Amino acid sequence: MMISRIVAAAAEADPNPLLPSTPDLVWSSVVFAVLLVFFWTRVLPNFKKNLDARTEAIEGRLEAAEKAQAEAAAKTANIEAEQAAARAEASQIRESARAEGAAILAELKEQASAEAARLTATAKAQIEAERQAALISLRAEVGSLAIDLASSVVGASLQNDKIAAGVVDQFLASLEADNKAGKK
Amino acid sequence: MVHALDLLNVVVAHQASGSDFESPSINEFYPQVVLFEGTPFALNRIMMIRLLVTVLLIGVFWLWSSKFKSSTKQGKLVPGKFQLMGEISLNFVRKSIAHEQLGKVDGDRFLPLLTTIFFIVLGMNVTGIIPSLNISSTALIGLPLVLALAAYVTFIYAGIKKHGMGFFKSSLFPSGVPPVFYILVTPIEFLSTFILRPVTLALRLTMNMIAGHLLLVLCFGATSFFLFQADGFFKAFGAGTFLFGFVFTLFEMLVAFLQAYVFTLLTTVYIQLALADEH
Repeated sequence: MMISRIVAAAAEADPNPLLPSTPDLVWSSVVFAVLLVFFWTRVLPNFKKNLDARTEAIEGRLEAAEKAQAEAAAKTANIEAEQAAARAEASQIRESARAEGAAILAELKEQASAEAARLTATAKAQIEAERQAALISLRAEVGSLAIDLASSVVGASLQNDKIAAGVVDQFLASLEADNKAGKK
Repeated sequence: MVHALDLLNVVVAHQASGSDFESPSINEFYPQVVLFEGTPFALNRIMMIRLLVTVLLIGVFWLWSSKFKSSTKQGKLVPGKFQLMGEISLNFVRKSIAHEQLGKVDGDRFLPLLTTIFFIVLGMNVTGIIPSLNISSTALIGLPLVLALAAYVTFIYAGIKKHGMGFFKSSLFPSGVPPVFYILVTPIEFLSTFILRPVTLALRLTMNMIAGHLLLVLCFGATSFFLFQADGFFKAFGAGTFLFGFVFTLFEMLVAFLQAYVFTLLTTVYIQLALADEH
């Protein structure tokens, strides 16, 4: 057996390395006791406290992170809902604007056509008035022209004003009648 | 442990013959007493190395501990580089050893002992390859014995606390074995559980450290011998032995960590077996 062989070999040596001397045992015990107390009362409690604090803190932070995530998700949902509402509102506004635009356009068109009609009417009236004026001045002029012509053609026989006026009126009446007939 | 055995034989044989070559001897582990000679507090080099390591361990862990405290107070969640190093060190014992074997609740219950054992063994082992210290303070059986005793007391305490006297009954008289065989089984169980466990814990550590130290002394002693005392061609051997010494120094680094891990892990396993319900 290994142990008995070692013990036998050691016994031959002087001093025997397997027999502790008293100082050896004393100092070994002192060293062991000091270090045991040191590790037991100081190092390991501090070490454990540090590890526990870390575990606790990490767990706490994980929880906080989860909470923050949930909050963010809720916020996102809110924002999306708001966006949808805004979109709907925008399309509604667009729709009503389009309708309003169409109405304005129609109104403008109507106004324009009314204006056009008014202008046409004014123009027509003016033209009519001018035609009347022209007609009147023409009548006067034509009368004197005709008289001039007739007096030069008929000569002295027509010196009598009475006859002359009667001829002219007759002529004009016939002209007018012609004119009316032509107009019709 | 086989190496340790061979080395011990070499050393013992050499003590008898004697020659020019300064061979490593068992006296390496019994340097001159410096202070308090003759009292139970006699201090030699190795004891002073133990005290130095203790002071250094307290210093480093004091800084880490204050860092934990201040960062808890300030509510700092992200540890700095220095704090992270402390967390990784402490979490190695806490998670990879204690929680893995015992679960969270029992793991935290026995964490002070396990942490203390791990860092004492690691710190005291490492002095074996630190220049100018050059000897593992766990190579002297006292400290491994004290630690093994602490582990022993703890796993028995754990068993009794959980199962009362049923702990001894279940470990000495395993269920499922026909009563006749208890004549055979009970002494074996007693020997393996209550005697060999602490003995192997202490011996494994001490012998590993003694072997490591003797190997390094052998390599570098030989290097010195070949370089300065051997003639001509033999000086070349010095380079070879130096290379061996270098490689074994790296190896000792691994052993220092591994032995700390094994000691702590076995203590945890013993506690776990004591806590386990009857199979």
